[in-house]
Amino acid sequence: MNNFLVMPMVAPLLTGIILIFLRTNVMLQRILAMVSIVLTAGASVYILERIQLEGILRLDFGGWLPPYGILFVADSFSTLLVLTSSIVTGIVLLYSFASTARAEEKMFYYPFIFLLLAGVNGSFLTGDIFNLFVCFEVMLLSSYALITLGGRKVQLVESIKYISINVLSSWFFLLAIAYLYGAVGTLNMAHLSVRVAEVGQGPLLTVISLIFLIVFSLKAGLLLYFWLPGSYSSPPTAVAALFGALLTKVGIYAMFRVFTLIFYHEPGVTHTLIGVMAILTMIGGSIGALAFQDIRQIVSYNVIISVGFILIGLVVSTDSAFQGAVYYLIHDMISKALLFLLAGTMIYLTGKAKIEEMSGLIRNYPIVGWLFFITMLAIAGIPPLSGFIGKVLIGQGAIEAKAYVLLGVGFLSSIFVLYSLLRIFLNSFWGETIISEDEERPLKKGMAIPVVLLGILTVLLGFGPELLAPYVSDAANTLANPEVYIEAVMNGKE
Amino acid sequence: METLITLLVGVLVTIAVYLLLSKNMIRVILGTAILSHAIHLLILTMGGLKKGGVPLIGDEPASYTDALPQALILTAIVISFAVTAFLLVLAYRTYKETGSDNLDTLRGVNDE
Repeated sequence: MNNFLVMPMVAPLLTGIILIFLRTNVMLQRILAMVSIVLTAGASVYILERIQLEGILRLDFGGWLPPYGILFVADSFSTLLVLTSSIVTGIVLLYSFASTARAEEKMFYYPFIFLLLAGVNGSFLTGDIFNLFVCFEVMLLSSYALITLGGRKVQLVESIKYISINVLSSWFFLLAIAYLYGAVGTLNMAHLSVRVAEVGQGPLLTVISLIFLIVFSLKAGLLLYFWLPGSYSSPPTAVAALFGALLTKVGIYAMFRVFTLIFYHEPGVTHTLIGVMAILTMIGGSIGALAFQDIRQIVSYNVIISVGFILIGLVVSTDSAFQGAVYYLIHDMISKALLFLLAGTMIYLTGKAKIEEMSGLIRNYPIVGWLFFITMLAIAGIPPLSGFIGKVLIGQGAIEAKAYVLLGVGFLSSIFVLYSLLRIFLNSFWGETIISEDEERPLKKGMAIPVVLLGILTVLLGFGPELLAPYVSDAANTLANPEVYIEAVMNGKE
Repeated sequence: METLITLLVGVLVTIAVYLLLSKNMIRVILGTAILSHAIHLLILTMGGLKKGGVPLIGDEPASYTDALPQALILTAIVISFAVTAFLLVLAYRTYKETGSDNLDTLRGVNDE
């Protein structure tokens, strides 16, 4: 019964459609949303366990055997990301119960979140490159709607840029697919890998791979991140957290898939270029994170730095680097959601967005303060929190591959991350409090609980990496040995 | 035939890029629409243009047309249709809200 594989995409999709009809009944929407997200996460746990027992799973839609039909392929890498994105979406949903305005909740807020999740999970699971494009578009169209929801002036103006950029990148995606189909005559990713290996990755195929690189860099914010800070800082907190946690990660996932499975023959060209882009991304992100006063901008630039850091794992391509990248991806989804939620909570509590205008918040809101401190340490990679294990493994991989420049820039960027967040911490949480006792806004329980939950997750991930270790090493194994994936798709049992 | 269509794609892309670089929002949206048409033609061309039968298993299996590019552009057309519709609504709403459809004046709006 491999049909189960479709659950992480179909459950959110159906929920999204059902919730459209329950527009006016917000309470019912919330309950259904939580039930569905628990089911989705549960389904991904089940799939993850089955992969451990049976190897990579595959679902051929309509019984068309590969390479002819569209198919879903679940390996540990994709399923771990599906699980993490479902959990993060669930917690962000909890937060939005407290933070989103009633009017927006009635304007299809929950349906759009579920359609977004369906697109994200679909992109992780698909084994067909055109299907990847379609899932990208499902995800992007819901993100367009979410970014404009509320219709404030700044949202509208930023979303025009965001949408134009994404339309262009979708165009490049189609261009790359068209040329790839013209060159090798297939769209199934495993079959593509076989065909590319047969004909050899000549200059033409390398150029096509570079077009893919442009597309995924635009989605992931690798070097081509100019659109990101503006559009991630304009929507409401919960939406921004979801974007920061999920959207760029899908681009990173696609990059890992394509450059470990299909275009791995010319690392001198493609991987070197990714390395240069990763270095420039980390430098640019660090400059941005230090340059701005607006919390949301600083947090958005932190997303960019981590994109550069994760891609070091792809550039060095050793087994431990892949493991590190998987750990770091999971950590990054959780901690970036947490960071965005904390920043949003701070703005909600003070009504200000600039760090100079806040002061002494820790006196009034100790939970927020200490959670921010923990998040800061986790993102900077201080043990025993969640960022540490990923950073160590990526660093180990970089040493094995003798990529010392990447290693240096990567770890230097961690210091800038620490400094930029420390700046927020010192300015906003320490010092004389600006809020007098009568003016103090109570911290809503609905905001505190999800943030604490995410905080617990980062700590758990840091203390118990052994829990995830079998899955992560399986994921890294598939990434390092594309034959495993090809074998499972082309010859594996139905 | 392939050459002709490829040239047509080139012309369409040129027009689209010209429109995309203008300041007027409607022109940019029309540019994206033309751009997507260009890519649909390109996908069709990449599958090979030939006169063949319908792709049903029958007497002459060798002569049928590749159905895959047609399936692909069908999907891509629907998607670009939806995105263009969304962009048009967004442009209208932005014009209502800001009173301008000039992308230069919309730069760096800050209402907070």
